[in-house]
Amino acid sequence: MASLQRQKWKPFMVLFIMPAAVIYLVFLLLPIVDSLRLSFYSGTGFIPDKFVGFDNYVKLFTQFPFKDRFWNAFKNNIEFFLIVTVVQNFFGFLIAFLVTRKIPGSNFFRKISFLPTTLSVIVVGFLFKLILNPSWGIFNKILSGIGLSCLAKPWLGIPSTALPVLAIVVSWQFMGESVLFYTAGIDAIPEDTLEAARIDGANPIQELFHIIVPAIMPIIGIVTILIFIGDFTQFDIVYAMATTQANPAFSTDLFGSLFYRATFSTPVRGGWGMGMGAAVSGIMFILVFSAVLIWLYFFKIKRGDEE
Amino acid sequence: MIKSKAKKNITTAVLLSLLIIYALTIIYPLFLMFITSLKTTREIFTNPFGLPEKFNLSGYVKLLTISHYLKYFKNSLIVSFVSLAIVMVSSSTASYILAKYNIRGRGFLYLFFVAGLIIPIRLGTISIMRMMIGINLNNHLMSVIILSTAVGIPFGVFILTDFIKMIPEELSNAARIDGCSEPGIFRIVILPLLRPALAAVAIVNFIPIWNDFWFPLVLLKDDSVRTVPLATALLFGQYSTDYGLVFAVLSMASIPVITIYLIFSKQFVKGLSSGALKG
Repeated sequence: MASLQRQKWKPFMVLFIMPAAVIYLVFLLLPIVDSLRLSFYSGTGFIPDKFVGFDNYVKLFTQFPFKDRFWNAFKNNIEFFLIVTVVQNFFGFLIAFLVTRKIPGSNFFRKISFLPTTLSVIVVGFLFKLILNPSWGIFNKILSGIGLSCLAKPWLGIPSTALPVLAIVVSWQFMGESVLFYTAGIDAIPEDTLEAARIDGANPIQELFHIIVPAIMPIIGIVTILIFIGDFTQFDIVYAMATTQANPAFSTDLFGSLFYRATFSTPVRGGWGMGMGAAVSGIMFILVFSAVLIWLYFFKIKRGDEE
Repeated sequence: MIKSKAKKNITTAVLLSLLIIYALTIIYPLFLMFITSLKTTREIFTNPFGLPEKFNLSGYVKLLTISHYLKYFKNSLIVSFVSLAIVMVSSSTASYILAKYNIRGRGFLYLFFVAGLIIPIRLGTISIMRMMIGINLNNHLMSVIILSTAVGIPFGVFILTDFIKMIPEELSNAARIDGCSEPGIFRIVILPLLRPALAAVAIVNFIPIWNDFWFPLVLLKDDSVRTVPLATALLFGQYSTDYGLVFAVLSMASIPVITIYLIFSKQFVKGLSSGALKG
């Protein structure tokens, strides 16, 4: 590339790039920067106008009731992320491994796996809320039907089960994305490589651990970082299954729902004003940004060094 | 030899049954949603698992009478189509420059665009809301259209730049010799070849745009500007005990995306897979 001569910018080039660049810059990038700025302001009106430095963040970390809600959402979000990551990576890879074997109908399974991912999170959340609710309660009826009635319970009404249930519903919905990514990774392994291994006498298990797993390592990174970004800004599933109050007893509260309540709710329902809301989104930004840096370091730069 | 063949058949049978179990966990909840929407409220409770005795559309009829559902549907269509159109035009022109001209700052510009693939726009919500109020687009479909466009552009540039790079330079040079201008080359040579890539960009972006709930919730207040996901949430909240209606609401919201996905799944998988491999 370096050997090619640099071209000069011409007016039509500016014209061609401008529309995309301006829309993306003005409505996506700049608002995020501006929201970070607002996190250093406070005020009673709609527009925070008093500069308070790091006060909002200090309040968030140390003052009642802010710190309670904040650390609770922090803990919940990590638990939520860990469950989704484990479930989606493990089953996503397993299903991808199965559909890439020579199995009748594997195209059908590939296609079906993505179906829930195309739906709105709101729809999926409401659907499972109905399936799990105690009055209609298809899920509890199924449990009783297979002799496990001892396990039947109001899944979304108990603090200890509500959050894992939400995480599993999200995993169910976005499993298709992991399956698709892992399938793409396995499909991209050249047939010669597998053939050579077979000639050398590798059995399917050795093939799995010595060829397929190393080849899909970068995909684990992509799947996990996408889950991280999605989960640490997740709001819709909490809204649908546990309301913006993150019932029961804030046990399903994530950063996304905390951010929504803090910013848009009335003080009685958990509103903290725009400045504090901006501080919550500021923390979300820092978390997502750090995760992306860690991902780039381990999966991009390191890999680049080896090559 | 016979033994190993038998062993192979057993392996296939085991793998296949695992996949069938997985497929059932996917299909059954969705199937349940559709058949329940066709039952009477009494049947929903007395016969929750079975098929409806006869197809009963009263949930759907009620949905259309108590709400302006067709209006919500039209709003969602407008948001999706207008924003997809702007995404396709603006990101194909930008990608053309990034792919074909070795201009100063092109590496930076490409990174600038694709960074948007992993930046959650939600984190700018407070500032976006102030801006929308400032330019009087609050409570107007245009606000959601513009935001959906901004979210769609990074994926558009990501897919199209790569695709245009693969178009042989000889084609452009031949047009140049015929006296074609540079913008003309884009229109006459490049654009017609872009169709499969544009299809992938459109379908991959369509799903999150159609399903978006966050910005409609935050920005759209009036009944007349509601989109399907927002209406779904509000109707669900209001009529949560009317099961027949609620299942009709959920089914109505799912049918369009499921249909579109089943028709275009090939473009869809191609579009997303290339993203996975390039990472």
